[in-house]
Amino acid sequence: MNLRKYLKVYKKFLHTSLASELEYKTNILVDLITAILSLVGSIFLLSIFFQNNGYIGGWKFEQALIIQAIYTILNGITNTWFNPNLTEIVKHIREGTLDFVLLKPIDSQFFISLKKINPSGFLEIMLGFLLLLFCIRINQINLNLSFLTLSSITISCSICILYSLWFFISTTTIWFVKTWNAIEVLRSFLYIGRFPLNSFSFSLRIFFSVFIPIAFITTIPSEVFLGLSVIWKILLEVIVATVFVITSRRFWLFALKFYSSASS
Amino acid sequence: MVKNIIDVRNLSKSFDISSKEPGLKGTIKHFFRRQTKSLKVIKDISFKIKEGEIVGFLGANGAGKTTILKMLCGLIYPSEGSILVSGYLPFRRKDNFLKNITLIMGQKQQLIWDLPPIESFYLNASIYDLDKFEAKKRIKKLSEMLEIDEELFIPVRKLSLGQRMKSELLAALIHEPNILFLDEPTLGLDINAQRNLRKFLQRYNKETNATICLTSHYMKDITSLCKRVICVHEGSISYDGKLDLLLKKLSPVKEILIVCRSEEDANKLENSGFTVKNKIKNEITIKIENNSITSSLKTILNNFDIEDLFINEPPIDEVIGKVLIKKNYDI
Repeated sequence: MNLRKYLKVYKKFLHTSLASELEYKTNILVDLITAILSLVGSIFLLSIFFQNNGYIGGWKFEQALIIQAIYTILNGITNTWFNPNLTEIVKHIREGTLDFVLLKPIDSQFFISLKKINPSGFLEIMLGFLLLLFCIRINQINLNLSFLTLSSITISCSICILYSLWFFISTTTIWFVKTWNAIEVLRSFLYIGRFPLNSFSFSLRIFFSVFIPIAFITTIPSEVFLGLSVIWKILLEVIVATVFVITSRRFWLFALKFYSSASS
Repeated sequence: MVKNIIDVRNLSKSFDISSKEPGLKGTIKHFFRRQTKSLKVIKDISFKIKEGEIVGFLGANGAGKTTILKMLCGLIYPSEGSILVSGYLPFRRKDNFLKNITLIMGQKQQLIWDLPPIESFYLNASIYDLDKFEAKKRIKKLSEMLEIDEELFIPVRKLSLGQRMKSELLAALIHEPNILFLDEPTLGLDINAQRNLRKFLQRYNKETNATICLTSHYMKDITSLCKRVICVHEGSISYDGKLDLLLKKLSPVKEILIVCRSEEDANKLENSGFTVKNKIKNEITIKIENNSITSSLKTILNNFDIEDLFINEPPIDEVIGKVLIKKNYDI
């Protein structure tokens, strides 16, 4: 893979999608306001849950805020990259415009995963990081090298798992054509990621760890922040993320063999 | 000797198609138990195309023309048979193969809707690894050939269909491919835009010796661009050869409208042994075989008092229409 070429193309992707989005100023403004209100609403909802009892699943409100911060960052990444690109796969396949992607001398997964960008998602990412910094302060977390390394690894793994899950579902469009519902179900499950995994029953914990790995997406990185995570959990998250990335990649290449393009 | 750039042997393609009975009952049945059947849309076809050739694929809707083009450019895996395009197996979609080809579809677009076409051109240039200087040079050259200038800087959504198609062509040709697959490129364009597009394709073919495979329902596209046509009927090739031979075979006679000086002359002409189609006062329409046009006209002009005459070609759409419904043409 020619890295220089891919960087050059990504620079163009950034430029064209920012220019496209900036054509509609009001839309960006509405998105920005929505991002702020959504975060305020989520924190308010979380505070209500903690009002009666100071703890949920062994977590204090200040600790649960870390999960909210990580969720906000991931949601920001989802809205910046995954949502505008991966939902477009369905459109590409339904309308047959995937033809243009497949006939370009560039990796098709790279193209369809990164072509677009939604700048309003950046604000959500920034708000998430601000909240995270606030949580670091109120939870008196010691910022040292091992903490930064482990938190970066676990957040990166979370992004990979989330991307792979979404990409996997979008890929099934090649056979099922419409998969909007499945993506909506995935997004609904992600909302659950705002709460500590321990706050759910045993069977739900198993479900959210094995079938829909929400636990790996928000809870494990949050545990790293609080110094609660054990090394085997982090290793497991790295393994799960690697398996997800490889599987979704192979699944995409396999699915393309069944792509029949839309009729003209 | 000109080499074959496309070599197709015993190519077949089947698709699984689901069918549904009408009505609510049919819909519910279709939802729970979908009935699919394998449909062979391309049946054992073989052909070769030489470098620099412009070949038109003719066929009714659903005959399989687009499926053939999509297999040639590597979008669809063939079920049986082999395809070699420029020495590559298309469905492997190797970078060097993709740099050699392009696909233009009249009904689909790749330009970024909200931005001026120039942005899409530079994006494509970066995908094909062209530096800025080279990209600029190619955009300038192609925009001159396509006669577009200011349109390059107007958002695509504000361009007319004709301007958009020209921009689509530029975006698809920026990497200077030597094989062009065009699927109904003039669809929906007005007469002038169609003519300009044809003029451009002729010039591009002449200047670059690019091979062009074209499907179109506008016969003018086929007659003005293609010397050779491949007629596809229900997934099989019904004719593969020169277009003029096919036209001669299918329309062996021409109609000639003769305006005589008097009705008397017209009556004389009517009884002189020519095949008369109709006669209204001093105007008479006769049918003459293509190979005896010159001698017959000479006889008419020498023996009758003629005021005017018109030679009418049979409408090409009508002639080609005959091909599209017939299974086989041996010429």
